[in-house]
Amino acid sequence: MIRSLLLAASLVALAPAALAQTVAITGGKIVTNTAQGVIEDGTIVMRDGKIVSVSTGAPPAGATVIDADGKWITPGLFAALSRAGLSELDSEDPTNDTSAPGSDFQASLRAADSFNPDDTAIDVTRIEGFTRAAIVGSPANGLFGGYGALIDFSGSFESVFARDVVMIAELGEAGAGAAGGSRAAAWQWLLTAIDDAKAYPRGFEEDGEGDLITRKEAIALKPVVEGRVPLMVEVHNASDILQLLTLRQREPRMKLVILGATEGWRVADQIAAAGVPVIVNPLTNLPDRFEILSATLENAGRLEAAGVTVAIADPGESTHNTRFILQLAGNAVANGMSWDAAFKAISSVPAALYGRNDLGVLRQGAIADVVIWNGDPLELMASPDAVYIAGVSMPMESRQTKLRDRYLDLGEQLPQAYERQ
Amino acid sequence: MQVWKLVPLVALLAGACATTPADAPTDTAQTPEAAEPVKAMPTRVAYNPDPYPSTYKPLPSDDVLIRNATVFDGLGGEILAGAVLIQGGKITAVGSEAAMTMPAGIRTIDGTGRFVTPGIIDIHSHLGVYPSPGISAHQDGNEVSGPVTAEVWAEHAIWPHDPGFTRAMAGGITAMQILPGSANLFGGRGVIIKNVPARTAQGMKFPDAPYTLKMACGENPKRVYGYGGGRFPGSAPFSRMGNIAGYREAWQRATEYKRKWEKYNADFDAWEKKTKSPAEKTDDKGPGDPPNAPDRNLELDTLMGVLNGDILVQHHCYRADEMAQVIDLSHEFGYKVSAFHHGVEAYKIADLLAKEGICGALWADWWGFKAEAYDGIRENIPMVHNAANGCAIVHSDDANGIQRLNQEAAKALGDGARAGINISKAVAWTWLSRNPAKALGILDKTGTLEAGKAADVVIWSGDPFSVYTRADLVFVDGAITWDRNDPSRRPVVDFELGQPGEGDVK
Repeated sequence: MIRSLLLAASLVALAPAALAQTVAITGGKIVTNTAQGVIEDGTIVMRDGKIVSVSTGAPPAGATVIDADGKWITPGLFAALSRAGLSELDSEDPTNDTSAPGSDFQASLRAADSFNPDDTAIDVTRIEGFTRAAIVGSPANGLFGGYGALIDFSGSFESVFARDVVMIAELGEAGAGAAGGSRAAAWQWLLTAIDDAKAYPRGFEEDGEGDLITRKEAIALKPVVEGRVPLMVEVHNASDILQLLTLRQREPRMKLVILGATEGWRVADQIAAAGVPVIVNPLTNLPDRFEILSATLENAGRLEAAGVTVAIADPGESTHNTRFILQLAGNAVANGMSWDAAFKAISSVPAALYGRNDLGVLRQGAIADVVIWNGDPLELMASPDAVYIAGVSMPMESRQTKLRDRYLDLGEQLPQAYERQ
Repeated sequence: MQVWKLVPLVALLAGACATTPADAPTDTAQTPEAAEPVKAMPTRVAYNPDPYPSTYKPLPSDDVLIRNATVFDGLGGEILAGAVLIQGGKITAVGSEAAMTMPAGIRTIDGTGRFVTPGIIDIHSHLGVYPSPGISAHQDGNEVSGPVTAEVWAEHAIWPHDPGFTRAMAGGITAMQILPGSANLFGGRGVIIKNVPARTAQGMKFPDAPYTLKMACGENPKRVYGYGGGRFPGSAPFSRMGNIAGYREAWQRATEYKRKWEKYNADFDAWEKKTKSPAEKTDDKGPGDPPNAPDRNLELDTLMGVLNGDILVQHHCYRADEMAQVIDLSHEFGYKVSAFHHGVEAYKIADLLAKEGICGALWADWWGFKAEAYDGIRENIPMVHNAANGCAIVHSDDANGIQRLNQEAAKALGDGARAGINISKAVAWTWLSRNPAKALGILDKTGTLEAGKAADVVIWSGDPFSVYTRADLVFVDGAITWDRNDPSRRPVVDFELGQPGEGDVK
């Protein structure tokens, strides 16, 4: 029903015709992620790519009204970490730009320069309710993996809307390996790189180069050491987390984000006191490495209880299955996290993490990324009926749905290659 | 004249690969009290089919009545306010409590608001052979020494202290198939186990379950061998052509091996008949020497077991066109594929799989990690199910996925509905227990809630197709192996003792 009412969607976002209209979605259960909380039987009004109002009032005269009676209305999902658009086939190097093990550059790599809006994972992810993501490369030849960028899932050539929003690095077992074999080596590398970046350009002019990193790398790290861009460090072990937190004293200007934090629950109070947000995979519960022996399904809930700011993502399923983030959030709720915090962990918290308070929320003035769901979005059998990015209704098909439709009926006379919808 | 004395056969050649214990008397021996030199009757050379037998014993259990629950019986039926009666480790009644007869004072469990299902069976796991922690010393799932290693058995590498087994318990897994990996064309034998803590793999081994054989299509064998080990050129297979040629070459050798054993047994039968026949005794020449047995070949023992119908083929295969080639291969050599595993493109040939009676053991939504997984769709499971006589199975191949196969089924069910394929939750449960039991040859023992079957049962906190639901109680052969609300019934494996997080909620 709703789909039939949707505008003929264009892959080109922000089509002027769509923007000129006022669209009102009525009758749904609205999850605002603001002080308004959840509004039953609410009305949300969008115009010019922004949200005009969120209320229980009637739709304005002249608006295109979409009846969402019995549906859930939420902000578009915001993946705290994704690699959609960076890899078409993970095992085929020419199509996989998630990391650069053969490159001399590390911190100066930018995920935005690899991003491909035609990647099939973009549509696949969008139709599950995701409208935005931080796409972040993976460290491969050293501690740093370069700058992450913010993208929308419209598939347009203008998908990248913020280029250098976070620097990724790794410590713990992976960092030790990358740094030459020990945690001590990784820590020394990190501190030296920070010192080199802080000393740039003076130290480089005097000595010709830094102690560890090249000028290009130092330039790249400058905004990080000056606290203008957060440093996201993948670290899991409780001791390694505490070690990382000592950086707060040494480098008070720097902003930190912890990626992983599998043993975070053991040092949750310290993380909360340091004011460092975490991005966790709430389903990590196997002692698959010696640095995560105490992994538990209750990690996310325990971190929430301690007052830690929690976002949810899984770096291990980040290229093709960013959509699994929904299932992760649902399971976090099943294991002690509040529904409210779990939903924010996949929408407003990641947006705020990257400095965007106009995304992941439904309030007047926010960007109109809106999803209409046929049920509780965290439930496994629920799915989106419609997805809006900046007020534009998006196509609800992907290469996968086309394959599905082609093979739903195997009894046709002509081979499937003649069938397209 | 030579005299043979009949001695009891130590072991009959049974099925695929019967064997004689290594110390069994096979040579002739003098019998002192005989009037003339007498040789002991040579025994038929035969090998023990079960040299690593199960030592599994059900854990202690009480008789119990689960009452007033929503019951999915695993056959596709749903019973509201239903009851399940467990006695002596078996299911003795399912349905209406009023219609059941039971001893007074039987222990009861209130199922109000809860769901009861058959235990989940994961047809594709590498727990124990690729255990946690995944350190280099634990990489025991792929014997990559050659493309055909049908002689290796997964059970010989199972580490029973893998913490993954207990995590799977919390997810309602009561049995699973442990398979070798997919590096090889023929990876080796798989084994079916009960998901119970034990000191040895034998202590977990599912009694009287058939053996299985892991095979693999596509990218993995050609990557590991043709282009493997940093060598180029490596060794066959380099291509999908080489994959099929490798299968055919091995099946041909197995065919000849089987023929040799059949000839040997026929010759032995004839020779034995001669020794017993009075007519033959008048012939001075006597029956002559017994026939010589073929040399034993452990690799071909396994393949012969398949050709004899005793060992079930579990074939890792992603692409539809390759599955069709493998089906013809199975016709060429006269065996049956029990299930295609992963089958990311199974939906393209759902009709062919159904016609052949081959199950698809599938993921709900994995795709894109390699070229042969590129065409994965979310509706694969419901579309395979939806073919007439289709057989869909939800599998994991993953120490995390095995903990939530009910959730994978829920996703597939929801996706199917989105595409207009409406299947009830009760019917969808067949993907989790009945169909895997069928493809593993253990459906007569488990997989559904029917009187007489093992009480492999899960009580869920609510609708098991909800993300918020968890397994409250898990029974294997009527014994509680997992109780979410009782830490003393949440096993802690050796590896976790004395480590951070010991005994925590996992």
